[in-house]
Amino acid sequence: MNLSSKDIERIRNDFPILNRKVNGSDLVYLDNAATSQTPKQVIDCIVDYYSNYNANIHRGVHSLSQQATEAFEVARKKVQQHFNIAHPEEVIFTSGTTHSINAVASGYAKLLNPGDELIVSALEHHSNIVPWQMACEQSGASLKVIPMDASGALDLKAYESLLSDRTQLVFCNHVSNALGVINPIETIIEKAHAVGAAVLIDGAQAAPHIKADLQALDVDFYTVSAHKLCGPTGIGMLYGKKERLEALPPYQGGGEMIATVSFEKTTYAGLPHKFEAGTPNIAGGIAFGAALDYMNSIGFERIAAYEKQLLELATEKLSLIEGVEIYGTSEEKTAVLSFNIKGLHPYDIGSILDQMGIAVRTGHHCAQPIMDFYQIPGTVRASFSFYNTFDEVDRLIAGVIKAKEMLS
Amino acid sequence: MSQSISEIQEEIIDEFSMFDDWMQRYEYMISLGKSLPLIDEKYKTDDYLIKGCQSKVWVHAALEGDQLIFKADSDAIITKGIIAILIRVFSHQKPEDIMEADTSFIDEIGLKEHLSPTRANGLVSMIKQIKLYAIAFRTQLNQ
Repeated sequence: MNLSSKDIERIRNDFPILNRKVNGSDLVYLDNAATSQTPKQVIDCIVDYYSNYNANIHRGVHSLSQQATEAFEVARKKVQQHFNIAHPEEVIFTSGTTHSINAVASGYAKLLNPGDELIVSALEHHSNIVPWQMACEQSGASLKVIPMDASGALDLKAYESLLSDRTQLVFCNHVSNALGVINPIETIIEKAHAVGAAVLIDGAQAAPHIKADLQALDVDFYTVSAHKLCGPTGIGMLYGKKERLEALPPYQGGGEMIATVSFEKTTYAGLPHKFEAGTPNIAGGIAFGAALDYMNSIGFERIAAYEKQLLELATEKLSLIEGVEIYGTSEEKTAVLSFNIKGLHPYDIGSILDQMGIAVRTGHHCAQPIMDFYQIPGTVRASFSFYNTFDEVDRLIAGVIKAKEMLS
Repeated sequence: MSQSISEIQEEIIDEFSMFDDWMQRYEYMISLGKSLPLIDEKYKTDDYLIKGCQSKVWVHAALEGDQLIFKADSDAIITKGIIAILIRVFSHQKPEDIMEADTSFIDEIGLKEHLSPTRANGLVSMIKQIKLYAIAFRTQLNQ
């Protein structure tokens, strides 16, 4: 059953922030690709943790510690089930996607040798480029790039020609943050595995829209940030196949990640603790689980179907405005609309939309190589979530028309 | 006798107080942006670029007698409007007066949001750059 306008109304009531006014107007929040809003079910979960069972986990013998530990490990199992992961210890809680990628990249920096090659897609966020450049600098490995075309699609022929027995790792986002284009990761993974390379998929932008089955994908590493799927900031997931994580040197040293410590030698704890040094974001982890429960109670298929309607309506109406150029026109997209108006700077459009209470992102979206490809300073990016409405699409369109009128 | 920095700031505050809403304020800034005396193309290089995240801003300063003359440009029109206001305040002033000038008038004309570092339009860096120019040229004048 599709989400009806009554359903959306009920859903919106779960999000306190959607009732606020910005610059005198009702907020229209269209920056969901940067951070999604938080439903009261998740907020309540955080309040409950700090009000009733805040304690350090995995080490206390007292009741509060045991309760907190159990809630944290239940959350890990929720994440495991949601992404259809084989073992709970393959779920590493991190502070988010950037942390997850850095953990893998810094481990690889120690495993790579001169002559090894890494392959990156042209559509990456800086957080999936820079850690690997650092790993290459340290190890002497080199970085190759899969080119993109004007629609935002990756050139898979070129990808195949880059693959060789020197390729150690391929990394690519599931969905591009700047354009919303869904990448053919099944093919990318299959072809990488054919030459014996591992694959890391950055799922930050996909997770709010697509429920990925990580065993079916057979992906080696997958990363997620909870704050993009109705969870709090500062918590996320690094998924890694057990054998991959076991082979990877730990990223940070500290408490919880050790088995024994002496000044002569320290042995590391098993998974997942080897990669969870120090006290984790306990409330965040528990709330991450609550956020997944919340989204699953609505259902990802219904979410995707409704967001597709929002995107289609917005694309259709925006295209009618003269001078509008939309970036990322590939058929396979999540609800992201990245655009410019000829002769106008995205910063100006975003500033005027903000005055009307409409929150969009402007700029290069931490994906400068994509902006260089199109030879533009940036774009205006409106990104939709299941709690947005058709009326809000109309407010966006009216806002863009007004901004164009004022700026031209 | 030319106007002092604080006199010009008062004048700008008066002008902005006549606007009823943000739209008039922004329309005025956009018109200022369009009338900004542009910087010579040869100065639109990285040497004169202020590193802002979203819109590019170039500022050039030269000494005329004991006064500093600023010229600037940006690729975003609202940013240009803000530059036009800054130039009106700081151009044709003595370096020591620029160094000591207070810039709280920006809050009073309702442009505070552009001062926020998250806007990353370089307004804060623009003011810093103008003051740095003033320090550099005062040193030159005193030698």
